[in-house]
Amino acid sequence: MIRRILPALAGLALLAFLISPGSFAPLFQPFTRNNAPAIYTQTSLLSLTLSHLAIVALAVAASTVAGLVLAILVTRGAGREFLPLARTVTAVGQTFPPVAVLALAVPVLGFGTGPTLVALFLYGLLPVFENALAGLSNQPAPVAEAARAMGLTPRQRLWQIDLPLALPLLLAGMRLTAVISLGTATIGSTVAARTLGEVIIAGLLSSNTAFVLQGGLVVGILAVLIHHAFQAAEVRARRRMGLD
Amino acid sequence: MPRLWPPAVLFAMIGLAGLALPLVQFKANRIVPGEGVGLAALPHGPWVMLGLGAALVLACPDRWPAVARLASAVAGLIAATLMLGMAASHLPPAGNSLARVAPASGFWLLVLAFGLMVADAVNRLRPSLALRWVMLAGAVALAAGILASGLLDGVSVMREYATRRDLFGREAQAHLALAFGSLGLALLAGIPLGIAIFQVRRWRGPVLGVLNILQTIPSLALFGMMIPVLGWVAATVPGATQAGVSGIGTFPALVALFLYSLLPVVSNTLAGLSGVPAPTREAAVGLGMTRAQVMAQVLLPLALPVLLAAVRIVLVQNIGLAVIAGLIGGGGFGTFVFQGLGQTAMDLVLLGALPTIALALVAGIALDLLVQGTRRGAA
Repeated sequence: MIRRILPALAGLALLAFLISPGSFAPLFQPFTRNNAPAIYTQTSLLSLTLSHLAIVALAVAASTVAGLVLAILVTRGAGREFLPLARTVTAVGQTFPPVAVLALAVPVLGFGTGPTLVALFLYGLLPVFENALAGLSNQPAPVAEAARAMGLTPRQRLWQIDLPLALPLLLAGMRLTAVISLGTATIGSTVAARTLGEVIIAGLLSSNTAFVLQGGLVVGILAVLIHHAFQAAEVRARRRMGLD
Repeated sequence: MPRLWPPAVLFAMIGLAGLALPLVQFKANRIVPGEGVGLAALPHGPWVMLGLGAALVLACPDRWPAVARLASAVAGLIAATLMLGMAASHLPPAGNSLARVAPASGFWLLVLAFGLMVADAVNRLRPSLALRWVMLAGAVALAAGILASGLLDGVSVMREYATRRDLFGREAQAHLALAFGSLGLALLAGIPLGIAIFQVRRWRGPVLGVLNILQTIPSLALFGMMIPVLGWVAATVPGATQAGVSGIGTFPALVALFLYSLLPVVSNTLAGLSGVPAPTREAAVGLGMTRAQVMAQVLLPLALPVLLAAVRIVLVQNIGLAVIAGLIGGGGFGTFVFQGLGQTAMDLVLLGALPTIALALVAGIALDLLVQGTRRGAA
C-alpha cells in the first residue's frame, strides 16, 4: 500500500510546486544567503520541466525504435552475422561517458537542444538494444517449436510471439534509458539546452543552494516516478505473458 | 563472386564515406570555423587513399583469416593517424602559429571503420585471456608511442596540450584521484555494509532503498549540493577541517562520486554472497570454521567475481562522472571540457573528452578481463 501512496504524494507535491512555486518559497528560504531569491524565476519552472520531459521522451522514443529495429535485424536472417559485433559495440559504447558524448556532439550540431538530444539518443540506444536482444534471443526452445508447429510465418512469429515475450525486458531497458537520460539531460544546460539543469547551474554560479536543491529535487522526483511507472508496466506485461 | 562477410561490407561503406569527406579542418585560429581539407589534397594523399580504399574493399570477401583482418585494420588506424599528423605539420604556412588543423568527419569515420574492423577481427580470433591482455597492452603502448613520437604535435588538440602541459598533468592526477579514491572509499564502506545486510535480512529493504534514491539524484545536483553541505560540516563540526573536510575544491566531488558508487558495491556484495550455494557454506561450518572464518575464507573469495563486476561498473561510471567535477571547481579533465565549451574552443573540449574516453575504455576492458580471469579461477 505504502508503495503506491508515496509516489502519488510525491507526484502531487511536485505538481503543486510546479504550478505555484512561489508558495514554497519559505521552504527554500533557509538555503539562501544575503537575501538571494529562494525560487528560480528567470524562466518558469513548469515550462523548463515540460521542455526537459519532452527532450527525454523524444530521446527515449527514438532510441527505443532504433534499438528494437537493430535487435530484430541482428537476431534473424543475414543480420545474425552482425550479432557478435553488435554485442561488442554495445559493451564498448556503454563505457563512453555521457558527458563526453554530449561535449563531442557540440562541434557537429552546435549549441542548443540538438547535441543533448543526440547524446541522449546514442547513450539510450545501448540499454534498449541490449535488453531487446536478450528478450528476443533467450526464448525457451519449446516456444520456438510450438510456433513452428503452428505454421506461423516468420513475420507472424515476430509480431505474435517474439515481441510480446520480449516486452518486459524491453520495458526494463526503456526504464534504464529514461532514468539515465533524465539525469544526463540536466548536463545539457551547459550546452544551452532548455532543461532543469539551467536552474541547478544558475544556483552553482550564484552559490544559491536553494536553486540547486529545487532543480535537483524536481529531476529526482521525476526520476523516481518514471522508474515506478515503468516498473508497474513491466509487472503488468510479465503477468499478461504468464511469466510470473 | 566470392561469399561476402556482411560486417566487412558495412565497415567498407563507413570507411569509403570517410575517405570522401574532409580528413581535417583547417582554421585560421582556434575559435573560427574552418574549411575542410580532404586526404587527396595532401602529399602522398592519393596513394594513401588508394591503399586505405583497397584495404576496406578487399576485406569484404569472407576468405581472409582473422589475423590478416586484424593486421590490416591496425595498419589502417595507424595510417589515418599519421596522415592527420602530416596534414597538421604540412597545411599551416611556415611561421603561422595561429592556424589550427583539427580532425574532421573523414578522420573520425575512418577511425570508426577500422576500429569496428579491429573489434570484429578480435571477435573472430577468439584469443585466449593471456593474449587479450597482450593485445590491450599493445594497443596502449602503440597509442602512447605515437603520442610521444611528436608526429601528432601539430594537431590542434596537441597544440592545446602543449600550452598547458603542467596543468594537464595536474588535472589528470586529480581525475584519477577522484575516480580511484571514490572507488576505494566505496569499497571500504560498501563491502562491510553489504556483509551486514547479507546477515541481517530486515535491513536489506531500507538500505538498498536509500541507495537507490541516491542514484536517481541528477549528478549535477548532487555535486552542487555537496558544496554547502560539506562547507557547513567543515564550519560547525570540530576537527572536520583538520580531517580534510571542505566545501570547496576536490572534496565535494569525491563525496558525490562515493555516494554514487555505494549502490553497485553494496548490491553486488549482497548478490555475490547470496550466490554461494548453501551446501558449500554448510560444509565450511561442518569443518568447524567460525562465522568469521566462513566469511573470510569461503564466502568472500567465492563472491569475488561478482564484486569485481561492481568494481568495473563503479570505475567506468566514476571516470565519466568525474568530468562533472570540472563544473564545481573539483578539477579533473572536466575543467578542460567546460572551459572549452565556455570559449567555444572545441580543441580544448577534445583535450578533456578524449583522455576521459580512453581512460574509461581501457579501465572497462581491463576489468572485464580481470572478471573473466577470476570467474575461470573460481570455476
